Amino acid sequence: MTKQEALLKYVLRLADNVSILGHRLGEWCGHGPVLEQDIAMTNIALDCIGQARNYYQYASKIEGIDKTEDDYAYLRDPLDYYNLLIVEQPNKDFAYTIVRQYFFDVFHFLFLQKLSDSKDKQLAAIAEKAIKEVTYHCKWSGDWVLRLGDGTDTSHEKMQHAIDILWTYTGEMFLMDEVDEILLKEKIGVDLIGLRQEWLKIVSEHFKEATLTLPETTWSQKGGKQGYHSEHLGYILADMQYLPRTYPGSIW
Amino acid sequence: MKETNIEDQFQAKIDAEIKIEPKDWMPDTYRKTLIRQIAQHAHSEIVGMLPEANWITRAPTLRRKAALLAKIQDEGGHGLYLYSAVETLGVERDELLDELHSGKAKYSSIFNYPTLTWADMGTIGWLVDGAAIMNQIPLCRCSYGPYSRAMIRICKEESFHQRQGYELLLTMMKGTDAQKRMVQDAMNRWWWPAISMFGPNDADSPHTAQSMKWKIKRFTNDELRQKFVDVTVEQAKILGITVPDPDLKWNEERGHYDFGQINWDEFWEVVKGDGPCNRERLAARKNAWDEGAWVREAASAYADKKSKRQKTAAA
Ligand SMILES: [Fe+2]
Ligand SMILES: [Fe+2]
Ligand SMILES: [Fe+2]
Repeated sequence: MTKQEALLKYVLRLADNVSILGHRLGEWCGHGPVLEQDIAMTNIALDCIGQARNYYQYASKIEGIDKTEDDYAYLRDPLDYYNLLIVEQPNKDFAYTIVRQYFFDVFHFLFLQKLSDSKDKQLAAIAEKAIKEVTYHCKWSGDWVLRLGDGTDTSHEKMQHAIDILWTYTGEMFLMDEVDEILLKEKIGVDLIGLRQEWLKIVSEHFKEATLTLPETTWSQKGGKQGYHSEHLGYILADMQYLPRTYPGSIW
Repeated sequence: MKETNIEDQFQAKIDAEIKIEPKDWMPDTYRKTLIRQIAQHAHSEIVGMLPEANWITRAPTLRRKAALLAKIQDEGGHGLYLYSAVETLGVERDELLDELHSGKAKYSSIFNYPTLTWADMGTIGWLVDGAAIMNQIPLCRCSYGPYSRAMIRICKEESFHQRQGYELLLTMMKGTDAQKRMVQDAMNRWWWPAISMFGPNDADSPHTAQSMKWKIKRFTNDELRQKFVDVTVEQAKILGITVPDPDLKWNEERGHYDFGQINWDEFWEVVKGDGPCNRERLAARKNAWDEGAWVREAASAYADKKSKRQKTAAA
């Protein structure tokens, strides 16, 4: 794999993460538990889609052909999507949504901190901009972890259940593959293994305050980064891509 | 005697264009009229999120997806300002929501129509936000201070929505036959419900006179509808679509378009709950509220615990 190929895949992974997470959050729009939180989720969805566009536009520059941001989002099949499995998991209920968000947000924040030092100026700039938004995302999801974890018995139970299920999707965030190794060597990419300890520390301290327990299992789901997804992604893309695929070449 | 004085003073203030503020004396019916009207408006904003949210996951480009999310988020924000404006009149948001959920409170009937194609996203912006602006620009000068201030903020955003919707349609009309067909079809479905948004004809609108006297309203339903038709027909020409009204004709003498009769039977049917999506919209709102109950309870339980802990720590 060339450095160029690795970089393209790396950027698409980052783009797909936020595009799919934003898509999921967008499903809440109009259906949130209270108006303020409906608006907050839409707001985060918007940040995610905005970040995704920055990455996709960069991907097109890397490829050096006239692909648009939308060609990447709307014309790739699930096998060519590289997001982490956690972001495609269904909203299910507000507890799931919060836990999914919090796990990802803390990772995302730590990741972007490192990425903003990347030797790749474009990636560093995107990270720099995104980190301001993600700081707010962390605060939002983190506050809800506390409220729901240490709220009522019902909310506590729902949170613990969501944690137990979603926990198995967190390991993938820290797995390095060839793409990551190549870019780490070039000082473009991030040392994911190195993020794990800090992530775990932040999450476990926060969960402790929220009276929630971290599962002990270390087994982890994986495959998203290589294009092998859960069954959910196919449906997401079926919805997302329906118009551009049904009316090829149309301008919207 | 005293009562008449205070009422005269109130009317004098209104005539002098002095805003009425929450702590000022106001006639009971003025208060009730405002509560009903602003609450209805607030409910319309949040129910109105649903037909557009229906297309978020299918928005055909990332730019359109972001624009749609942002638009719906704005509508939610409008709901918030308006609920706050009603709260200044002494009614809590939760009470108002209960009335929405029980079917006692109304919201704009336009949102009881389905969004069937992507062109509906443009058409809603153009026609529905467009009609809302016609209605709402005069409300920026409404005699009740908090409502008028909320409307100033809201109108700016609504006119952005209107232009954005129109631009979406212009883009589609430059496209393929399939796209043009969607736009014309959306126009066919939304035109009549949109011009019905101004409410019954003046002759059948018994509250108008009082509302005009109190400067809650500045123009009658028919005046506003005429204004909307005149502006919108020209915009439809630029788009290159047909207005689905065989009676539509420029009237040189009046300097306005003449247009056909709204189907008032359908209008009242939808108002009373029998429109294509009334049940669905209400069920979606109720479901969101009911499913969110444990979240709201948890948040308040946590806030209680937190303040208790802070008190103990301080003691
Ligand atoms: Fe609005
Ligand atoms: Fe409105
Ligand atoms: Fe609007």
